[in-house]
Amino acid sequence: MQRYSIFSLARNALTGHKHWQEAWRSPEPQPAYDTLIIGAGGHGLGTAYYLAKEHGLSNVAVLEKGWLGGGNTGRNTTIIRSNYLYDESAALYDHSVKLWEGLSQELNYNVMFSQRGVMMLAHNVHDVQVLERHIYSHRLNGVDNEWLTPEEAKAFCPPLSIDRGARYPVMGAALQRRGGTARHDAVAWGYARGADARGVDIIQNCAVTGIRTEAGRVVGVETEKGFIRAKKVAVVAAGHSSHVMAMAGVRMPLESVPLQALVSEPVKPIFPCVVMSNSVHAYISQSDKGELVIGAGTDQYVSYSQRGGMQIPEHTLEAILELFPIFSRMSMLRQWGGTVDVTPDRSPIIGKTPVDGLYVNCGWGTGGFKATPGSAHVFAHTLATGEPHPINAPFTLDRFKTGRLIDEAAAAAVAH
Amino acid sequence: MLLIPCPFCGERAEIEFRCGGEAHIARPANPESETDDAWRDYLFVRRSPKGVHFERWNHSHGCQRWFNVARDTVSDEILAVYPMGEAAPEKLR
Repeated sequence: MQRYSIFSLARNALTGHKHWQEAWRSPEPQPAYDTLIIGAGGHGLGTAYYLAKEHGLSNVAVLEKGWLGGGNTGRNTTIIRSNYLYDESAALYDHSVKLWEGLSQELNYNVMFSQRGVMMLAHNVHDVQVLERHIYSHRLNGVDNEWLTPEEAKAFCPPLSIDRGARYPVMGAALQRRGGTARHDAVAWGYARGADARGVDIIQNCAVTGIRTEAGRVVGVETEKGFIRAKKVAVVAAGHSSHVMAMAGVRMPLESVPLQALVSEPVKPIFPCVVMSNSVHAYISQSDKGELVIGAGTDQYVSYSQRGGMQIPEHTLEAILELFPIFSRMSMLRQWGGTVDVTPDRSPIIGKTPVDGLYVNCGWGTGGFKATPGSAHVFAHTLATGEPHPINAPFTLDRFKTGRLIDEAAAAAVAH
Repeated sequence: MLLIPCPFCGERAEIEFRCGGEAHIARPANPESETDDAWRDYLFVRRSPKGVHFERWNHSHGCQRWFNVARDTVSDEILAVYPMGEAAPEKLR
């Protein structure tokens, strides 16, 4: 792997940038692998990376229907935080934030992780009580979070309106300073490069058409490029996870719905942090390119259209303008939708399945990007050892049978 | 936004409706004798098909009545509307 540094940049600048190596190979699939990962998004590529790096397993291939990082990894609003209420969730998401903190150095790839702070607003007495409860709960779990008065919130984010006469006045805010944003594509590219350098085959434009099992044990997958034998198969297919799992005869507690986001035209730096409001259903940040990045909600019905209804972003923009009247003349540049797989308790499923050798990491719903490194790290442990890491042990598929749900209402930026 | 043909009021915008999720999920007839697997399937497991989906809708800001809809989840096209309690149209199953 060609290392990136100021010296390699200078050397390549002097030679007209003609000698950069490809960041990863595009190999044809081998007839057999120890482990196959279905889905080359951030979670799947990260899993391959940690399998190779932490567990020394490099006879691994990642199969991708389209191009790597082209699904929800490239469609999300890039927000990273770990201010989740329950112990299980706090452990999982904070594990991820800790990995984010060293990720650019670890991957030798700038993922542009920026801990600019994530601020959640309270608009009524109930919000204040809930956020204060969250703050204490987070602190007990070692997750930073602090209470801000409206004036302190305004000082932290100057565009915020704290007008007392507003329809939803700001009564305070919870601030996680370690939260922030990262470059979504770079995470997929960085993991792909790191995994490829350790011998993992990343096979793009190769849809999986079937999962072959013999006597309750997985033996390989059928693909557009023929049958590939494997000892273990890991499904990390986001919005299509239930369809891939159905190929192995496993029915999932998942529904796939559209989730939309939108960006404005790029403007000069004006917005220094991430602001969320569950009550008025809005969240917003500014990318390093200058666009305001705004997350809208999910549609109410199952759909794979990757579109969603226009009333959903409209509702979010109404809320944004209530909080930030300064943006009332801003033009929106584009809007898009992704297909997200939502579990009944809004927590992911990471672990074993009823089929021997078949593993799944899905159900991230509306908030999987932030968890990419943590999810990949514990899932790689599960795949390598055959047993869950203590952090993902509660996130079983079995919990929908035992009733041990992790009913995480904080799972997305906006209330469910 | 979907344009939904309410069988009682005619075509109306989606914002007048609430989606009640997958249709034709029957509550176990003998709850005390059902297995945990059957309860999981009833409560949590869903088809989430890529294609024809049968779902319940309520005209919550209109006549407030329930009905079933068959919709293609790839194109979002509404293929059929039929009353509660009736089986899904044969040709779409």
